[in-house]
Amino acid sequence: MAATQKEPVTGAGPLNGILTWVDERFPLIENWRAHLSRYYAPKNFNFWYFMGGLAMLVLALQIVTGIFLTMNYKPDANLAFASVEYIMREVSFGWLVRYMHSTGASAFFVVVYLHMFRALLYGSHRKPRELLWVIGVVIYLTLMAEAFFGYLLPWGQMSFWGAQVIVNLFSTIPFIGPDLSEWIRGDYVVSDATLNRFFAFHVIAIPLVLLGLVAAHILALHEVGSNNPDGIEIKKNKDPKTGIPLDGIPFHPYYTVKDAFGATVFLFIFAIVVFFAPEVGGYFLEYNNFIPADPLKTPLHIAPVWYFTPFYSVLRAVPPMFDSQFPGVALFGASTMILFLLPWLDRSPVKSIRYRGPIYKRWLAAFVVVFLLLGYLGTEPTNVWGQFGPWLGEVERATVVARICTVIYFAFFILMPWYSRMDKVLPEPERVTS
Amino acid sequence: MMKKLLGTLIAALALSSQFATATESLKLDPAPIDTRDVASLQAGARAFVNYCLNCHSASLMRYSRLRDIGLTEEQIKDNLLFSAGKVGEMMNVAMGKKDAKEWFGAAPPDLSVVARARGADWLYTYLRGFYRDPSTTTGWNNLAFDRVAMPHVLWTLQGERVRTEVVLKDPSGKELGDGHGGVRKVVKLEAVTPGSMSTLEYDVLSRDLVNFLVWVAEPNQILRKQVGFWVLIVLGILMLLTWLLKKEYWKDVH
Repeated sequence: MAATQKEPVTGAGPLNGILTWVDERFPLIENWRAHLSRYYAPKNFNFWYFMGGLAMLVLALQIVTGIFLTMNYKPDANLAFASVEYIMREVSFGWLVRYMHSTGASAFFVVVYLHMFRALLYGSHRKPRELLWVIGVVIYLTLMAEAFFGYLLPWGQMSFWGAQVIVNLFSTIPFIGPDLSEWIRGDYVVSDATLNRFFAFHVIAIPLVLLGLVAAHILALHEVGSNNPDGIEIKKNKDPKTGIPLDGIPFHPYYTVKDAFGATVFLFIFAIVVFFAPEVGGYFLEYNNFIPADPLKTPLHIAPVWYFTPFYSVLRAVPPMFDSQFPGVALFGASTMILFLLPWLDRSPVKSIRYRGPIYKRWLAAFVVVFLLLGYLGTEPTNVWGQFGPWLGEVERATVVARICTVIYFAFFILMPWYSRMDKVLPEPERVTS
Repeated sequence: MMKKLLGTLIAALALSSQFATATESLKLDPAPIDTRDVASLQAGARAFVNYCLNCHSASLMRYSRLRDIGLTEEQIKDNLLFSAGKVGEMMNVAMGKKDAKEWFGAAPPDLSVVARARGADWLYTYLRGFYRDPSTTTGWNNLAFDRVAMPHVLWTLQGERVRTEVVLKDPSGKELGDGHGGVRKVVKLEAVTPGSMSTLEYDVLSRDLVNFLVWVAEPNQILRKQVGFWVLIVLGILMLLTWLLKKEYWKDVH
């Protein structure tokens, strides 16, 4: 029997006996070593490398708070709105659970956006981490679905009309569109049937997928090893005797204690929002969502929550063509799907921004500016900046800006094979720098 | 590189917020509320039950919850319970939605979370924004909510006012332009018949009502901040401890 050939567990004090018993029947020590105590991570991680762990922390928070919310929430068009307020008012510390969940949704996107931006900075999507990046993009898209389904549940005006607008996007798809959107809703309009199925997706279907994808993301990461701010492979310089990367340190205990510190800093900021500004000026909890859903009253201004707004701006920037909104919807879809191609668009001989030339730096800066600008514009009505004068056809200023930003957004990706290659790069170091 | 990027971002954001403020149309009066002012909340509760709760419900709110603003169960029973029987009941109204729609043209909205949807400043402006307008069905109109279905319930207190437009002039008496070829005007409400309250008294009443509505919209908001204070202290200590732990472990990493 293979089980008896393992060495007994040591170093766990009184638990040695039981852990040895478990290890003989389960790959406990093997996995502990592969993913924690003998997973060698580069020693030069900086601020940006907190985000992955924080995303896992937020996922755990969302699942735990979500379970408690489900105990008192009623997925019924007549009861949903009041049941959320019941949680806020009458369930003991229900307000805390609900605010943690609503703040957690936004926090999830904050850390995920920073996590993805880290890849753009240090080339974490480059070979051999292409699949890792692709799984990550799938996680991001799944997260958007999770947030979208969850946003209907409070059954406020923004919940209802936001869902109505997004589901209607599908109806613009040629031929199958109208039937498809009706199939998604389960009704001709967003209704009780829609609420029930969105609830099912939000609390079980999507979270299951998300957990599986996160596991795959971590497995893929530990297969290829972590990138680092220098964008060089630490596995190229191993100690000839031990085979351990010279610039690597065991994830546990070094990064577990470092991430514990990062997690408390994050929780401190998180708590400031939860306890002192849970609405964040209408960005985390929209004011109109405190009005119960009314299918007969369309709000003047429908805005998705902030984390969707960059893409929503892209959608609005495209004028209808051939009597169809579909081109806008297609571009809206393309603006997220194009992320998948990133590992193959980037042709720079170096990975990290530290050794890239000025062209990539400028493109990346422009990308960040247009992404934030699109995000801001998506929260506002299109007339937010007024109109140009009659000599410019009185077009809305914000629409023009959104169009320019959309072009730059796509140009950042589409032109990358050229500008990333022609850029003047600096020589990469042999070993990581601090 | 990082600094330059950050600078551009801040500049872009500053620019965008500047544009945003330029599009505000109605100027809201800031509501001088304080949800820890128990006397104001109690006065607001009394006014709410007397004037609002005949048509507007607060159906997510229990009468008994008013104990949180310093009222005893006896006080709630004796002074605030008119229609409802028990203090544990919700603040509902007897008027049916269908009847209300027939009588007023629109069912009066539930006010449980109205302060979170509209904001305190809007409510404060609205309560003080009624004026006589013979062109509407009720004979009343409102600066914050044009052609609102609700009549001015508090008019005996505030009195009647009419809307006037005053053209702004510079010191020499020349009319000021609005930049679009017109003249710059301010809308003013002028009293025509006095109410039983002075302007100051009516402002205080409006303040108390808004204060109460803000509290009703989230009765746990005071507890929330109190708990938050201690949570931040604990997390602050934890932050220090984890930092020291990290430093200790990383001593040998060079």
